[in-house]
Amino acid sequence: MSLIRPCLPLSGKIPSMSMISVKNLVKKFGNITAVDDISLEVEEGSIFGFLGPNGAGKTTTINILCTLLGPTSGTAFINGFDCDRESAKVRSQIGIVFQDGSLDKDLTARENLMFHAYLYNVGKSERKEKVEAALEFAGLQDRADDLVKKFSGGMKRRLEVARGIIHRPKVLFLDEPTIGLDPQSRASLWEFITTLPKKHNVTIFMTTHYMEEAEVCDQIAIIDKGKIIASGTPSELKKIVGGDVIYLKTDDNKRAMEDIKHLFETEVSEKDGEIFISSMKGDACIPALIREIGERVLSVRMQRPTLNDVFLKLTGKEIRDGNGKVADDITSKVKAHRRRRDRD
Amino acid sequence: MIETNAVYVIVAREFKKFIREKSRMVSTIARPVLWLFLIGGGMSRLVPSGENVTYIQFIFPGILGMTVLFSSIFSSISIIWDKEFGFMKEILVAPVSRFTVVVGKATSGMVLSTFQAIIVLCLFPFIGLRIDLLQVIYIVLVSALLSFTLSAFGILLASFHENYESFSVIMNFIVMPMFFLSGAMYPVKLLPDVLKMVSKLNPLTYGIDALKNILFPLETGRMGADFPLIVDLAVVASLALIFVFVAGKTFERKQ
Repeated sequence: MSLIRPCLPLSGKIPSMSMISVKNLVKKFGNITAVDDISLEVEEGSIFGFLGPNGAGKTTTINILCTLLGPTSGTAFINGFDCDRESAKVRSQIGIVFQDGSLDKDLTARENLMFHAYLYNVGKSERKEKVEAALEFAGLQDRADDLVKKFSGGMKRRLEVARGIIHRPKVLFLDEPTIGLDPQSRASLWEFITTLPKKHNVTIFMTTHYMEEAEVCDQIAIIDKGKIIASGTPSELKKIVGGDVIYLKTDDNKRAMEDIKHLFETEVSEKDGEIFISSMKGDACIPALIREIGERVLSVRMQRPTLNDVFLKLTGKEIRDGNGKVADDITSKVKAHRRRRDRD
Repeated sequence: MIETNAVYVIVAREFKKFIREKSRMVSTIARPVLWLFLIGGGMSRLVPSGENVTYIQFIFPGILGMTVLFSSIFSSISIIWDKEFGFMKEILVAPVSRFTVVVGKATSGMVLSTFQAIIVLCLFPFIGLRIDLLQVIYIVLVSALLSFTLSAFGILLASFHENYESFSVIMNFIVMPMFFLSGAMYPVKLLPDVLKMVSKLNPLTYGIDALKNILFPLETGRMGADFPLIVDLAVVASLALIFVFVAGKTFERKQ
């Protein structure tokens, strides 16, 4: 567990160096604490992944960062501007793709983009050009004048992401960008998203509860019940659960185990007729194994630790189905609370 | 403080959607026609005329007011739809002030309502009214002012509601009483004291009264206007400012 980096702000770092800087952020809805004292730093031009099950507080954090909600306590800065007190300045620095979608389905793709360009005061001379570029980027040129309600989920998402960067934001927030998409659209959307930082010099702050999607992030913070429980690069986080696991089937497992123990000076065990070995560098280990005892090996496979394993290890539950019901409960409680508040 | 590009595009969006929705256009025309000819036509056989205004003529400014009321409130209530379908967030995270959003929405309501009021105004020859060009211009201007005020009022209502179940509540408990207690169908001066007081708190009353002042300048009896034109205009204009201000403040609040 010593590999878990403390999630406190790195001491000695000047906040203005980071594109996003969050310190001791707390957000309460009545007696529900949705975000519980979180701190994080995101560097310019990186992809930051905010991981956690539904209801962990990811969207609430994004809503605070994009000035839709005020924090109960703590601070959040984007490019040096206070999200609570300098809302207007923060808003001009960011683009957002919301979880539920925020396109006008009764307008065409081009009209949605034009609306955005006007709203963000994109200059008259570049408005058309930028909208066309966004259409091309989203691969929607030939559907530009179709109403958005006729689009598939993947097309809508691509359009939203393209819209989010029309005004050249410094930070792009993606709240569960691939939720509800089929695997193929998810893959193509990812390809599209990962090109953004280089192409448009934009910092990406994304949330997801798909662990495999977080693999593309430069930095990850795992959030559960409003608290950040671990942060680091994907490979750093995976070290929490140990290295790769190599599974071998041989004609004589006992003898093979003896040899491996002897040759590689490592722990070897057997389960269900398979030998398994833990190794930090599994891919480099396999050729060596084959070289030494190759003629006796019947099959070999390797398993890499996933971020899901990390989450499981840290919280004792699966990220996807783990207490989904409880999390939904919290989400609906927060919504009910807001409604009550609005009525008063 | 108010970004003109943003106001323009908010209005353009509403107008485009209005033009595309044929059914909305039809109901816009149908409702005033039904009220004017079926209710007005029927009631005019029961209600004696004034000095030189018949009952069906008397309710004409009320029907114009109704057109403006329904279309303004409907336009503003679309904010609830925008919230429900997420589009509102696109507007709220944009670097434009909340007042811009409110003014943009109120201007949308104004453009759409005035457009509809002009269509309804074209019915005047069918009820034996004679009006000159100057009166037409005044009516259009008053409709624009009134619709801006009512749209701002609608935005204020919408900002307190998150989902569209509240739509029918607003329609039944706010919009319909506003219409009936506005002097549209019967003169405010004939109402019992309690209702008269409520009428005097109703912005629509002054809008319709202004239209009566313009349409029936000579009528002094019970079919005539209740207040001087200047009072009507002053009330409607100041309410516009108040509603925009309060709605802007309500929008600004974070949870």
